[in-house]
Amino acid sequence: MHAVDWIGLLVLAFAGGMTGGLLGVGGAVLFVPALVVFADQSQLGAEASSLLAMVLVSLVGTWRQAGYGNVRMGDAIVIGLLSPLGVLGGVVLANAVSERTLELSFAAVQLYFAARLARIVAFPRTARSASVQSSGDPRRPDRGP
Amino acid sequence: MSAGSDAAPRGATRRRIPRLAVIATAAGAFAGLFGVGGGTIIVPLLALWFGYSQREATGTSLAAIVVIGALGAAAQAVYGNVDVWHGVLVALPGMAGVLAGTAVQQRLPERAVAAAFIVLLLGSAAVLIL
Repeated sequence: MHAVDWIGLLVLAFAGGMTGGLLGVGGAVLFVPALVVFADQSQLGAEASSLLAMVLVSLVGTWRQAGYGNVRMGDAIVIGLLSPLGVLGGVVLANAVSERTLELSFAAVQLYFAARLARIVAFPRTARSASVQSSGDPRRPDRGP
Repeated sequence: MSAGSDAAPRGATRRRIPRLAVIATAAGAFAGLFGVGGGTIIVPLLALWFGYSQREATGTSLAAIVVIGALGAAAQAVYGNVDVWHGVLVALPGMAGVLAGTAVQQRLPERAVAAAFIVLLLGSAAVLIL
């Protein structure tokens, strides 16, 4: 790795961590391209290695967010403990389906969520009330951003 | 820090668990598929289905990602795909970044955090498509 590669990797990794702390996504969105572009890892190898980094980064982020009272540990544990089937199924798919198909399907889901969240940002009360009522959660019907 | 059973009627809790299971399975699959933690699934769905504030969705997502990431890394290790050196290499500056990001988030309005999340989704989708 050249000096430029080191700088690029460190900057992207820091930005990935910052994105994780700011937005709750673990940072792999930037960890993976950092490893592909600056460390010459394959897409699959970068995705696998970034999972390890993500665990460490998310641990630190959880610790800080819990300090601010932003972690609902019960729901987080339920989500974490119920995820293994999805994780294992995803890993098997990653080794069986073309990379391009995976990229396009992931992009489609991200665009859908962006549209739904944009509606909440633009019309906070109307959009969030409709979403929460349809979820059957009566505790937080009026909470907006 | 509640799990949803403190004040919710039993029927609401029964509806809540299946939705959490759907979030968990989808997030886990994305973790295995793309080497991400599933935060782009967890955060929007916690906000859309359960009315989480953006900050609560962020914090809860990070906690779930610890478990999901560990399981995904273990599964990828079985295939021999995990490079520990490169993982630690990005984790160190990443940990500094997550401290900075968490601190900045507490100083931003909720709608600004949500808007930033939308930009992240659009940018990431564009990179994948192009």
